[in-house]
Amino acid sequence: MSETQEHAHHIVSPKVYVVIFFALLVGTATTVWASYVDLGIWNPIIALAIACTKATLVVLFFMHVKYATKLTKLTIFCGGFLFLTLIGMTLADYITRAWGQW
Amino acid sequence: MPDSPVISQSAAAVAHSASHDESAHPPYLRHHFESVEQQADATNFAMWLFLLTEVMFFGGLFTAYLIYRNWYYPAFVAASHQLSIPLGGLNTLLLITSSFTMAMGVWCAETRRKNGLVLCLSLTFILGLGFLGIKSIEYREKFEKHHVPSYHYSLNSFLNPDSDPAAKAAGDKPLPLDVARHTEVYFSLYFAMTGMHALHMIIGIAILGFMIFRARAGAYTSGHITFVENFGLYWHFVDIIWIFLFPLLYLISRH
Repeated sequence: MSETQEHAHHIVSPKVYVVIFFALLVGTATTVWASYVDLGIWNPIIALAIACTKATLVVLFFMHVKYATKLTKLTIFCGGFLFLTLIGMTLADYITRAWGQW
Repeated sequence: MPDSPVISQSAAAVAHSASHDESAHPPYLRHHFESVEQQADATNFAMWLFLLTEVMFFGGLFTAYLIYRNWYYPAFVAASHQLSIPLGGLNTLLLITSSFTMAMGVWCAETRRKNGLVLCLSLTFILGLGFLGIKSIEYREKFEKHHVPSYHYSLNSFLNPDSDPAAKAAGDKPLPLDVARHTEVYFSLYFAMTGMHALHMIIGIAILGFMIFRARAGAYTSGHITFVENFGLYWHFVDIIWIFLFPLLYLISRH
């Protein structure tokens, strides 16, 4: 990597990838195990919380966003924010439209 | 993606070297960029913009699923009991492992390990095919049980759960006809979401095949790794979609 043409590029080490890989395996095992336990309303919430954690790990480390430019980070954050806003507004509409009738 | 076929590249190189001294910059730096770093940042940024449009696309499907699940909750619970957690879990395992091998492939490209890159890409290719194989076993069972929407759709598993091993094991109670009919909505969304995901896998596997072919010829391990890097982003994105599909379709309605 001594050539001058090589740009400043952060190389994530395989150790990080292995750690994230095992974290994802543990997350998968946990979410399968939790689905067999009756937690009432908490079942979907826990499943989604684990899925969001796993997705964040993939985005930050496998997809190198932790080491990306500020522009990329901000854009991804805005995309996620817009996505949640759209889902939130759509659900708010549907849920309040037929209040208590579903 | 900036990579063009080898032949046109060499033809372009002849025209290019006539215009100025070849040592002025690496051959893969396009003239409208100031530096390799700027070119890499711009390409990476564009790839993320594409992935965000994909998020919105799948987001529509996820939103539809959430709304219909709230409306037709008992039907969605009974229908989701028809999916196999062991098969879905195994597929999650395959896909997460393929994401790991893909990440290692990017590392091999970064550190210029040609054999390692070919190995990682090949493993990713095989794991992706394995995922589709298991998915096709699941789809086949849906066809056999007539759980494919509008294709001689059968309500038998939901009207007489004792006649269906999966429904019986989950302890399902018989659903009234008007409720049971809504299981077809669940399977419509199931096929739309997993089908769209599988289509992305098929496209990804096709590109992987192309990349293995080129990596064996020494591409990507001479400093220009943009294609491998951005394909990695795509592959991890497809993995993330499955990370959400698996709990939503298979896991959250077991009680």
